[in-house]
Order: sequence, then C-alpha cells, then structure tokens
Amino acid sequence: MNAIAKPHKVHLIARHAESTIWLARYMERIENMARILDVTNTFARDADDTRNWLSIPRINGDLAEFYKKHTEATQRTVGEFYLLDSDNPTSVQSFIAAARENARTLRALISTEMWLQINVFHGKIRALTKADITPDHFTSVCAMLKDGAQAHTGITEGTLYRDQAWHFYMIGRYLERADQTTRLLDTRFNSLAPQSDAVDADIDAGQWNALLRAAAGYHAYRREHPSGYNAQEVASFLLANTAFPRSVGLNLAQIEWHLTQLRTRYFLRMPAALERLDALNGMMTHQNVAELAGRKLSPFLDYVQREIGALHQDIVETFAR
Amino acid sequence: MPVGGMSQTQVQSQLQAQLQSHGAMQGYDPNSFFCEMLRPGQPLHPTLTLLMSRLASLPIESLRQRAQDAERDLLDRGITFTVYSDATAIDRILPFDLIPRVITPAEWHQIETGVVQRVRALNMFLYDIYHERKILKDKIVPADLVLKNAGYCQAMVGFDVPFNTYVHVCGTDIVRDETGAFRVLEDNARTPSGVAYVVENRHMSLRVMSDLMTSLRVRGVDEYGLRLHNAMAEIAPAGVEDPQVVVLSPGIFNSAYFEHVFLAREMGVPLVEGRDLTVEGGKVWMRTTSGLAQVHTIYRRIGDDFLDPDAFNPDSMLGVRGLIEAWRRGQVAIANAVGTGVADDKAIYAYMPRIIKYYLSEEPILPNVDTRICAEPDALAYTLDHLHELVVKPVAESGGYGLLIGPHASKAQLSEFRALLKADPANYISQPTLKLSVSPTLCEDGVRPRHIDLRPFAVTGRDTWVLPGGLTRVALRAGTLVVNSSQGGGSKDTWVLAE
Repeated sequence: MNAIAKPHKVHLIARHAESTIWLARYMERIENMARILDVTNTFARDADDTRNWLSIPRINGDLAEFYKKHTEATQRTVGEFYLLDSDNPTSVQSFIAAARENARTLRALISTEMWLQINVFHGKIRALTKADITPDHFTSVCAMLKDGAQAHTGITEGTLYRDQAWHFYMIGRYLERADQTTRLLDTRFNSLAPQSDAVDADIDAGQWNALLRAAAGYHAYRREHPSGYNAQEVASFLLANTAFPRSVGLNLAQIEWHLTQLRTRYFLRMPAALERLDALNGMMTHQNVAELAGRKLSPFLDYVQREIGALHQDIVETFAR
Repeated sequence: MPVGGMSQTQVQSQLQAQLQSHGAMQGYDPNSFFCEMLRPGQPLHPTLTLLMSRLASLPIESLRQRAQDAERDLLDRGITFTVYSDATAIDRILPFDLIPRVITPAEWHQIETGVVQRVRALNMFLYDIYHERKILKDKIVPADLVLKNAGYCQAMVGFDVPFNTYVHVCGTDIVRDETGAFRVLEDNARTPSGVAYVVENRHMSLRVMSDLMTSLRVRGVDEYGLRLHNAMAEIAPAGVEDPQVVVLSPGIFNSAYFEHVFLAREMGVPLVEGRDLTVEGGKVWMRTTSGLAQVHTIYRRIGDDFLDPDAFNPDSMLGVRGLIEAWRRGQVAIANAVGTGVADDKAIYAYMPRIIKYYLSEEPILPNVDTRICAEPDALAYTLDHLHELVVKPVAESGGYGLLIGPHASKAQLSEFRALLKADPANYISQPTLKLSVSPTLCEDGVRPRHIDLRPFAVTGRDTWVLPGGLTRVALRAGTLVVNSSQGGGSKDTWVLAE
C-alpha cells in the first residue's frame, strides 16, 4: 500500500492576512456609517436639527476636520462630508476606496463574486453626487449603502473559503463592530444619560430609540425590555448581551473563537492578543456594566476602544516580522 | 457537408453573397485581404460554414446589445488595466470583439509545431550564447549583436538552468499575409502578457455568444494554470517533494495586475510582491502568518532590472535583495530566466531562420516576415530607397511605439525618419508592409474587416506545451495595422477547432 501523501501546505502571506482584516473593517464601516446617517436623518426631523447632526462628526472624532470645511452641521453638510468627500478619510468614499484596494490585493484569494460585488459597489459609491443626497434621496442612498455592505457580508458568508484568510476576515469584522458600538454608545450616552449615578426614567424615549436603531438593536431591545428604557439596561444590552449581533461582548467572544481556531488548526499563536481579549471579555458582564452605568461609563468606553485598537495591533504584529 | 455538385469556389462565393446580403454581416467585404472567416481559395471547414450562417442570421442589433453587455461585464469584473494620469486612475478594458477568430486543426498543427520549434531554437541559442558561443564563433550571428546587446546578461555566463530551459513562457506574435501564409512577427521571451485574456475571452464568449458556440467542437483553454504550475514545479530545485511556487508581481498598481491575479489563482499559488520575500541563509522565503516558508520557484512578472537590487538596478524597490545569488546557487528557480531579452530582440529576430537551421538542421515551420537588418550596408541602402513602402522598427522598443509605416507616412515624417535611420542604422530593421489578414469585427458602421494577429503561449519546463489558441488582437480603427492595446487595439476569442 502506498504511503499517504503529505497534505499540501497552504500558506497565507502575512501581508494578505492584514489586508483581510482591513477589508472586513472598511466594509463594516460603510454599513455602520449608513446606519448612523439614516437614523440621524429620521430622528433629526422632530428635534433640534443642529445638535443631532453634529453627533456624527463627534462619534468619529472628526469635529475639527468637519469645522474646517463646514460652518454648521446639517443634513447637507454632514451628508457631503461623509457621503461625498473623498478627502475625508472617514467618508464612505474613502472606506470603499480602501476596501477595494485591499480586495484588489486579495483578489487571488477572495472569491470572484466578492471582488465583482465590491468593484460594482465602488462604482456606485463613486458616482454619488450632491443631487443624490438631497432630503428626498437621503434615505434611499443610505439604503443603497446598507444593501451593498450586506450583500458583501452575505456573499462572503456563502463563498469565501474558510481557511486562515476567512478567520482573519471575521476577526476584522468583529473588531469593527465592537469598536463602532462603543463609539455609538459613548457619544449618545453622554447626551442621554443623566449626569448622576441615579437612573432617570424621564429620558426622551425617541432618543434611546434612535440609539438602538443605529445599532440595529431596537426590536430586540423592546423584546427583552418591554417596560421601557433605562440607561443601565441600554448600556448593558449594547455591551454585555450575548445574543445581540453588535454587542461588544458578543463580538469579543467571536474574535476569541477565531483566534482559538487559528491556534488549533493552523498553530498560529497570538498570546498577547488572547490575553488582552480575555481581560476585556471579563469586563463585559451585566454586573460590571451596571456598576459603571452613569458617569464612569465614558472613561470605560474610551478604555475599551483603545483596547480594541491594541488588539488589532497585537494580532497584526504577531506575524509582521 | 454535401455541396451538391457545385465547385468549392462556387459554394464559397455563394456563401459570401449570402452573408453580405443578410443579418449582421451585411455589406462585409474584405477586399483583397485574406479573410479568416471566408478564406478565399482554401478548403471550407464545415464548422466555419455553420458559424458563418449562424452569424448571418443574427440581427446587428443583437450583436450590439451583446457587445454592450460584454463591455459592462468586463468593467464589473475588473478585467481591466489601470491607466494613471496626474491625480486619477482609470480602469480601462481591453475592448472585446465578440466575433471569434477561428483556427482549423491543420492550421493549428502548423502553428503548434512551429512555435515548439522556435522555442527550442530560442532556448538552444540562449544556452549557447551563455556558454560556448559556437553560433558566434561560426559567424552565423554577429558577436557584437549578441555580446553588446542590452539584453545580454553577464551574470548568466556559464550558469546552467534546469533542462536548459530559459524561456519558460513564450509569446510568439504571428500574422497572416494576403496569401494566408502564417509568419512570425516577433518573439516575446521575457515576460509576455495577455494569456489571461485568452481565458477570459473564452468565458465571455460562453456568456454572451453561447448560441454561436452550440455543438461546435472548440478546444478548451482552461488547462493553462495547471500546465504552467506543472512546468514551474518541474524546474524547482532537485529533491523538493512539493515545491512552493509563487507569482511575483510589482503590485496592485501595475497595469497588468489583473493578469498576475489570474495566474496566481489559476495555479493556486500565492501572489507576492518583493516585500513578501526575503533571502536568508542562501534560500528564498516568503513571509507568512506562521513565519518564513521556503519558496522554490518564482514565476516573476517583473523585468530583469528590478529583480534584485544587489545584482541589477540598485534603486529597485520591487525586487528581492540576494535573489540572483540564491538562484545562482540553485536554491530557487526563476521563470523566465534572467537574460532572455537578448533572444527576443528585434535585431536577433532577423537571424531566427538561420538560428533554427543552425541548431536543429530544420527549415522554420513558421517563416519570419522578410526582414532587413539596417546595420548591414546593403540593407540600409535598400531601406532608404524604399522607405515609403516599408515598415521600419527600432530594435529596442516595444508596444508599437517609434515605428514608421512607410505607406501611411507623410513626406515630412519620411524625411524625419530618414535622418533618424542614417544617424543610427544599427538601431533599425525594415520589413515590407504586410497585408495582414482580416477578421469580421463589429464596428460603428456594421461588421467590417479589421486586421488581426495572434499570440500563442508556449509553456516549457522539460517539454513545451502550447495553449490551443492564443490571444488574437484586432486593430479596431479602420485601416490601421497596429494591434497593441496601448494603441487602440482590442481582442477576440480564438477558437481552435478540434480534429
């Protein structure tokens, strides 16, 4: 009998691993940006227009850059800044350009269908003009962006071969989701939560509603908490819930699973990343969040954001020699 | 196919008349050019007859709609090359003409054996000029032409490559004259490009012209990646069981990047850039997620000069430091070998018939275009006298730039070129203007004859294999002979009919 042939070893170029993480992050950012713009658009109609549109540059840490180009935050200016301005690195123009460049780098690895969809999506986003983001079109532009990003997610789920590259891709997606949720919570929580440890029941329900919708968690939250809104419960839902697809805790748990898969199936050891993840994961409990809800939440969210950034670095630096 | 008592010529002229009064082919008239579809004076192949009647039955609007769909599809799929200007990057497609170019089994036999013969001769020539230099000592080829050639690489002298194969991938540019005879126009022995389009054009035909292909027996082109990988594995350093092959690209900004992606994907190997490779302990490694992994064969799509800053251009950022030394020590294979540029130089081209005869004692199966070497006084005098009827080419250029097409040149252009030629005759060769064959092509004013050429791709490890077909390039502008993509050329699917 013939000896069994040694299986062919499939390597992943380190640079390509990093590119898959970035591809996933940028595509996720497009969806997230579309959600925030859409929800703000819907929400801002009944409220103090200026304040709410400004929350978007604030979430993204873009206040200074925004004010260099625009004097006030309105649907038009914020829309232009995030949908059309290719000089702005946090615009969907920049996101899709970066996503496509990473996809191009990975073109021999990702499925043809993934590349084709990104390429066509890129064409659609690049073709956007001021006429496409006027009030009567704003919602449909956001819908187009969400559709494109979700089509990408679906095509990836159905066609990307699940070897190392897929694990890195998924890590990128979950890192981005965790990061975006902390940002959303951070800014909105500041304006929503009462400035004391006490929980105030009189918060504008519409605003909680918008926050949860931006995170795609509104209906699930209603189901879990039919009696109403409560700052602590909202924070807990977004940070510690283990069923909500965009909760920080769930995303960290998914990252851990993928890191473990990379270790057991491909012998990739990333001890620094796992250690950091372990510590971070331990903090995402309902009890911990309950203790923090209120004025200590903001520094905590800053810390979590920095740790998510560091986690990305840990993973990339493991093999960037 | 029964032709009921009529002579072949009668059938052909009937067919032609029928074509020219019906459907998409209405008004098609190749004049005195050899038409690849109608083939005046050649035996009719039943498949061609069927194909022509299918084409004739298609309304022109249907062809236009399909052409539009194909163009959209190419852009969406990113089967493009990127053109960079000041601040913008524009993705351009190589225009696809959906009327295929057909090659009969007999024609293919000549092309295939002719290409194999030529590749053999090229490899023997390269071995010789980097070893004993017999062909120079026997004064078959002038020594200066070889040894002082910019493509001659000192680092290759005395160095052995597996199976004495230097040109692992060769693209032979072939044209057809007004008699229907095939002639070689040029050898591409460095890093010939275009094979991705051969395969993608076929896929496009299958998508938009499937009704045209129904039940026709056309030879497949999907084997290329497998064949190339096998050749790359064959040339890997001895004793390696499962050699690691990579495709080395200059990166995503290179205009041929799509093809690099295609090659890596079809071979199932990593697509790397210089920065992904490193030489340590005399071996070549790639940087992977699990550390350094050894690389055994590099199919490189980077020019010689940029391969290794230690050996060649010290400013190159694209290459790998120490690569050539590792290669010389037999730790890695590089395809194509360094220093093959001397063999596909237009000056050497003129000697190819003599080179074939010298090494193989055979007549060339595919003749050259008659070529005069302006470095030789008689040839220069003839060229100057007949400038208005000749094509004059600089020997060191490629891409269709800097050449003179006498019959199309103005008086001023002729005298300007005359001066250039006199100033540096050794830089030029001249050839008669060819009446290149034409193929029916969808144009603004209907289906019209346009000039075409053919670049078959030959893959050589131990032996040579030729991909059935090749890249058919078409000069889309009426009257023009230049088929290069940089000069407004397009391409067609190439069908080699099965026996």
